[in-house]
Amino acid sequence: MAMDKKIFTTPIIKSNPITVLVLGICSALAVTVKLEPAIVMGISVTLVTGLSSFLISLIRKTIPNRIRIIVQLVVVAMFVILISEFLKAYVYDVSKQLSVYVGLIITNCIIMGRIEAFGLTEKPLPSLVDGLANGLGYGLILVIVAFFRELIGSGTIFGLQVIPQSFYDAGYMNNGLFIMPPMALILIGCLIWIQRSFQKEEKK
Amino acid sequence: MEALNIFVKSIFVDNMIFAYFLGMCSFLAVSKNVKTAIGLGVAVIFVLGVTLPINYLLNKYLLSPGSLTWISPSLAEVDLSFLSFIIFIAVIASFVQLVEMVVEKYSPTLYSSLGIFLPLIAVNCAILGASLFMQQRAFPSLGIATCYGLGSGVGWFLAIVSIAAIREKITYSNVPKPLQGLGITFIIAGLMAIAFMGFMGINI
Repeated sequence: MAMDKKIFTTPIIKSNPITVLVLGICSALAVTVKLEPAIVMGISVTLVTGLSSFLISLIRKTIPNRIRIIVQLVVVAMFVILISEFLKAYVYDVSKQLSVYVGLIITNCIIMGRIEAFGLTEKPLPSLVDGLANGLGYGLILVIVAFFRELIGSGTIFGLQVIPQSFYDAGYMNNGLFIMPPMALILIGCLIWIQRSFQKEEKK
Repeated sequence: MEALNIFVKSIFVDNMIFAYFLGMCSFLAVSKNVKTAIGLGVAVIFVLGVTLPINYLLNKYLLSPGSLTWISPSLAEVDLSFLSFIIFIAVIASFVQLVEMVVEKYSPTLYSSLGIFLPLIAVNCAILGASLFMQQRAFPSLGIATCYGLGSGVGWFLAIVSIAAIREKITYSNVPKPLQGLGITFIIAGLMAIAFMGFMGINI
């Protein structure tokens, strides 16, 4: 069990898929303007990563090596379709905000990366845990970035006003740049900066 | 004229990387020097230019609601659009695999310069993203869809080549240690995205 715990905890911070391994940034940044879609996206990716890694690991001995990428993509696409239909049925607003980025979970490098690196060689259960943990690590970064972008960009959290009106009266303005795409990149750059400077201290 | 407009717009305004963050993973991983960046960029233009028309036709005659009427009028009610993720990704992955095999067989020189990037492209979100945007925006004709594909490819090429050039130069400057490598690359990309925002509103 101790082994399993390690599989679960390292991807969340120590080898976080976004800040350390640089995977899955593609669809990540666009959904972080507000907290709500970021959380939905985090949960969806966690589920897809875990389940598809599990399934691939189950059938890993029967997949011919030459066409394995297509097989993997089809398995992932199947789960993404399930998630996308589910979102459309239960949280229509969010699924509209996420637009094409739900479909783009298919090409999220975290999923392919975990399947290639872990699912193809390990047993089903550890693969499931590994996939879920990587998804959570990804979700964590999304939530952090979305928190700052929503707070500074529109002065709200989960759509609720948190910066009091008196601030605005005193001349405070929302920083519109945080809603634009470039700030997401710069914020992630800063997150990486912070994380790396802490990790270096640990090593000493 | 409209086709030209879409072409220019997809290069500068709707730039795949700076406006939608698509294809970020390979953008960051393969931009260490200009030469490989050019190789990958060309491969992306090529794959986008071919897969987008194919997916456009599939979408028009197979997937969108009521598109099966060309087989028989009784199929007008059928809506297969939930299958689009799986069909698009299957087209892209199999096309990429096919090109890789053909190039490997007939032109070893081209294979050694382009071939290594091809598997990377199957999971490049820019390719699938372009197909999904094409479906969402409902382009009126095949020609315009092709222009959109080529334009997006050129935009991506431009972005990766310019960031590779900047990264080559930045190795000579004095960047704080924890920020080196990944962190600074994100921040550069953010600054470039701000620069690209200046193109907003171009119309021909």
